[in-house]
Amino acid sequence: MAALRPSRRVLVPPLCRAFAGSGCQLAPERGAERRDTASGRVSGFCPPRKSCHDWIGPPDKHSNLRPVHFYVPKNESPLEQKLRQLRQETQEWNQQFWAKQNLTFRKEKEEFIRSRLKARGLDPRAGSGQKATLDAEEMADFYKEFLSKNFLKHMYYNRDWYQRNFAITFCMGRVALERVWNKLRPKPKETAWRSPP
Amino acid sequence: MAASPHTLSSRLLTGRVGGCVRYLERRAMQESPHTFVHLFRSVSKQWITFQHLTFLRRMYVTQLNRSLNQQVKRKPEPVASPFLEKTPLGQAKAEICEMRPLPPPSLPLSRKSGEKELLELESASIVEGSLDVETETKDEKHWKEMKLHLDDLPGILARLSKIKLTALVVSTTSAGFALAPGPFDWSCFLLTSLGTGLASCAANSINQFFEVPFDSNMNRTKNRPLVRGQISPLLAVTFATCCAVPGIALLTWGVNPLTGALGAFNIFLYTCCYTPLKRISIANTWVGAVVGAVPPVMGWTAATGSLDAGAFLLGGILYSWQFPHFNALSWGLREDYSRGGYCMMSVTHPALCRRVALRHCLALIALSAAAPALQVTTWAFPVVSLPINLYISYLGFRFYTDADRKSSRKLFFCSLWHLPLLLLLLLTCKRPPGAGGAAGEPRG
Repeated sequence: MAALRPSRRVLVPPLCRAFAGSGCQLAPERGAERRDTASGRVSGFCPPRKSCHDWIGPPDKHSNLRPVHFYVPKNESPLEQKLRQLRQETQEWNQQFWAKQNLTFRKEKEEFIRSRLKARGLDPRAGSGQKATLDAEEMADFYKEFLSKNFLKHMYYNRDWYQRNFAITFCMGRVALERVWNKLRPKPKETAWRSPP
Repeated sequence: MAASPHTLSSRLLTGRVGGCVRYLERRAMQESPHTFVHLFRSVSKQWITFQHLTFLRRMYVTQLNRSLNQQVKRKPEPVASPFLEKTPLGQAKAEICEMRPLPPPSLPLSRKSGEKELLELESASIVEGSLDVETETKDEKHWKEMKLHLDDLPGILARLSKIKLTALVVSTTSAGFALAPGPFDWSCFLLTSLGTGLASCAANSINQFFEVPFDSNMNRTKNRPLVRGQISPLLAVTFATCCAVPGIALLTWGVNPLTGALGAFNIFLYTCCYTPLKRISIANTWVGAVVGAVPPVMGWTAATGSLDAGAFLLGGILYSWQFPHFNALSWGLREDYSRGGYCMMSVTHPALCRRVALRHCLALIALSAAAPALQVTTWAFPVVSLPINLYISYLGFRFYTDADRKSSRKLFFCSLWHLPLLLLLLLTCKRPPGAGGAAGEPRG
């Protein structure tokens, strides 16, 4: 984990943010202020200058997915770029789906609880004796309903997720092979050591 | 699938408490009247005590509307939250998540407006700006470099391959091997155990590879290596391949082709049938039960070279055991399953879930009685195993009638010690050689 000095942190985030929306490729010497590659998260997070790896963040509040800040190497090959874009796009797509899914779930759950309690309020019954809560059995109706309502959505999501996952992993394999090939074949000034994604 | 009793509940609690604590701390830092310099003192998380936690909770409740740089929308019905069937901390967390005001990082469409908001914030006072930075610094501390350190690799791979579950699978295979008639061949035994272990590691790794976004959304599984980015999908698949190929090869050529075929079939069943089926139909539970039943059968075939009645009996015992184990576990995870889109009996057919669990608890008694009839054990076995079988059946019955979290947890935790004990009793009551015909010739 990077130990970031507070004094530097004051300046770097504003600069990062300033560049975040520009979408332009920054000059290599400005290592830290690389473009925020649209992880959909405007956190202003910038990895340290010396880092040449991706960075992964804490789970998002809505989607529970961890955003990845992708490293853009200086001599990015077309294949590497394709992989990065694929991962970026999948990340955004996943983020959208799960954020929406979780928010919808919470909203519908609250509505369900409210409506059930209202119904109960009109027709008081001797409940569990505790304060008015919905027990697990009543919530189970909601869970069943929610699952069946979203079944088709999940089917499409599963299919797409499996396709993307395979595509990304396959592309990662190709990139790894490409790097190994680049390292092995006699090529002058190939000094950059990169770890596989 | 099997989780140890301690980690299940502790993981659930840690997840909620941890998230809550971090957010409350951030809010506390914003409200405090510290000076510009003060703000950059990092608060160490190690000294968080229960008192601190309670203090932060109180602060959150009282200062709900007085945030500096966050537009908090007053929740219209705060009354609703106590009615959530969660702990108070869980309620707080639910409210927190509802009211996240800063540009939601979720939607890329809102990124532009989010950026504008952030720029507006910067144009505000320095104190606000530095508070913002302090918040972000705290957040940024949670960003981790995705660099693989070799000393972390064994731990990461152990978690990827669900090493505890693998150990359980190997122990059931060993039990199957030991229970099979014929002289005990140590080299064959070790090869079988190793091969099965490798096959199980491979299957578990592929399972985690497929399920990253789903695992992220469930408390039980959100700390898995792929979810946390500790390992890349490519490496996970490579590891799985490097386990599966030697594992199956070892079983096929080191033991016998039947065992190898069973191993390969089980990997296929788990990764290509069970894992996708979890999101399509409740039939996944039955498929998963078969997956759990195959390892002891493999142990038996490794020792005898053939599929006998004894092999099927052992498989049957493991098959039946899966239902009280898994159905009880899934009872407490209904919310996560529903939200994540998993088709589980506990969500879609709750009555069936409990009925099946009870049914198979009773089946265990019947199968234990069949063991001596099939020449696997002596008649002592049904007698000595009756207490534990009756006890788990009793808990299964309580689960069937009460259908609450308490009974489901009791049944689940019982299943965790019931199986090892049953296997041990099977081994101690194994029919001695020469008493009754051996089922087949042992093959090394």
